[in-house]
Amino acid sequence: MSAPSFAAVDVSAWIGPYPFREVPHPEPEVLVRVLAREGVARAWVGWLPSAWQRDPAPGNDRLIDALAPYREVLEPAVAIRPDWPHWERELDRGVAAGATSVRVYPAQWGLGAGHPGLTRLAAACAERHVALHITVRVEDLRQRHAHDVAGDVPAATLRAVARAGTGATVVISGAGRELIEEVWWGLTAQEQARVHFDFGWVWGPPEDHFSVLLHAMGSAPFVYGSQWPLRLVQQSRALVSLADATVRPSLPLPDPTRHRR
Amino acid sequence: MTTAASQTPPLGGDEPLIDPHAHFHTPASGRADWARYNASRLGAGDQMGVCAHVASILGSWGQTSPTYFPSPHDVTHANAFMRDLARDDARVHAYVAVNPNHPSHALAEIAEGVAHGAVGVKLAASRRADDALLDDIAALAAQEQLPILHHIWQDRRRDWPNQDASDGVELARLAMRHPRTRFLLAHIGGGGDWAHTMHAVRDVENIVVDLSGSGIDRGMIDAAVAALGASRVLWAADLTLCTGLTKLWALDAMTLSAEERADIRWRNAVRLFPRARFVHRGEVLTA
Repeated sequence: MSAPSFAAVDVSAWIGPYPFREVPHPEPEVLVRVLAREGVARAWVGWLPSAWQRDPAPGNDRLIDALAPYREVLEPAVAIRPDWPHWERELDRGVAAGATSVRVYPAQWGLGAGHPGLTRLAAACAERHVALHITVRVEDLRQRHAHDVAGDVPAATLRAVARAGTGATVVISGAGRELIEEVWWGLTAQEQARVHFDFGWVWGPPEDHFSVLLHAMGSAPFVYGSQWPLRLVQQSRALVSLADATVRPSLPLPDPTRHRR
Repeated sequence: MTTAASQTPPLGGDEPLIDPHAHFHTPASGRADWARYNASRLGAGDQMGVCAHVASILGSWGQTSPTYFPSPHDVTHANAFMRDLARDDARVHAYVAVNPNHPSHALAEIAEGVAHGAVGVKLAASRRADDALLDDIAALAAQEQLPILHHIWQDRRRDWPNQDASDGVELARLAMRHPRTRFLLAHIGGGGDWAHTMHAVRDVENIVVDLSGSGIDRGMIDAAVAALGASRVLWAADLTLCTGLTKLWALDAMTLSAEERADIRWRNAVRLFPRARFVHRGEVLTA
């Protein structure tokens, strides 16, 4: 594990193919090289097709196998459906295999705000000291394939998870300024302390949304997430570089679970 | 450039960098921070190393007429404001934005723009690109050596609210009717399916594409260069300079030659805008 210059961890990487378009080289060995180039020490890595598959267990198998040679750098982020029978077994299997975070895709799996499964999954993650990672979107609504009809995860779903008092560390990926604000300012300070956002979908100048958020919220909630292999990994570095210097986050960007390491 | 930002190396590298797809606001835009917005674009551009912003203003941006269906009054006001910006700041160059639903007004605006230094024509989404109402505009643009930047929805599969957006197929029809006119297909990262656009315009040599838009899909720039060649791809930012910087850094990570990278960063823009005088560190850029 090399010393990071930009981020301790990429919380939002995947490997594997994307169902709706060809994605170049979504393989773990390529991700390892990209992380080294970008100055990122480690990555939480999910299996990309799992969001659109019914049973995430086979994808978790493939993920764990594929990452085995790269475990010092790539940590499996297993997908867990909390509306699936005996999902706790799958969670335990993932944790035993080294997962440090868990992916859930509420929009694709039809889990609305207040779904009891989401709260139970958050509680189970807290008990096992793994973070719960929620992907709001992976593509802009304007470009989605006609078969990709899930929509974005609404703020109400995110607030409900954060408000449940489970003690889970919640990491939200793919949110823009408005969604972040709607979640953040809808939580108590105690609830806010356990919520983090990767900020790759927030805009910089000339609208300067990222600077607005940093002024209002501080830099502590923000962590690095690339959504590789779908998106160019340089976006968060660009946002930091162009942010108001008086509020720019210090580097390397932190691991949201560093208190447990 | 003499800003504080220019005292440090540009984030986007030392080579020239031209943004052929920029926008500004006016006091009539309906936002109190219009001046902050304009200053932010120029300031971030300085940080990145943008030596030229080729820009338009789309009427009142919806305040007194719709952004994509601007009234003649709003078009005239916006173009005049844009020309003033270009006159007062050497980094800024003006498009003439027109609404083809008002043909005589559109042609008069272009003539006025040419008389005051405009370097291109901006067409947004007031009418489909292949509509006959665009023919006189395209012909005049060729006559005056003005490229046309055309707003494009990549693979428009349906109508979208508040605009008569066009896609690459529709722009290709117009471009084939006007082979002497140069067209800049807007923001392949701006929404829709950019892969469709590559197929639509590959064989239409008088169409080049810009990389702008908030989309930063891996594979998009590679696909554009593979389909069209580096000589038909222009770096640009549009509404999000952050994604523009990301794409600049992605260019550095691609296996491009120095010549290809220069084409995409600035040289294609110099070729596209014969009326413009782009200056980088005191020197006029030539292709």
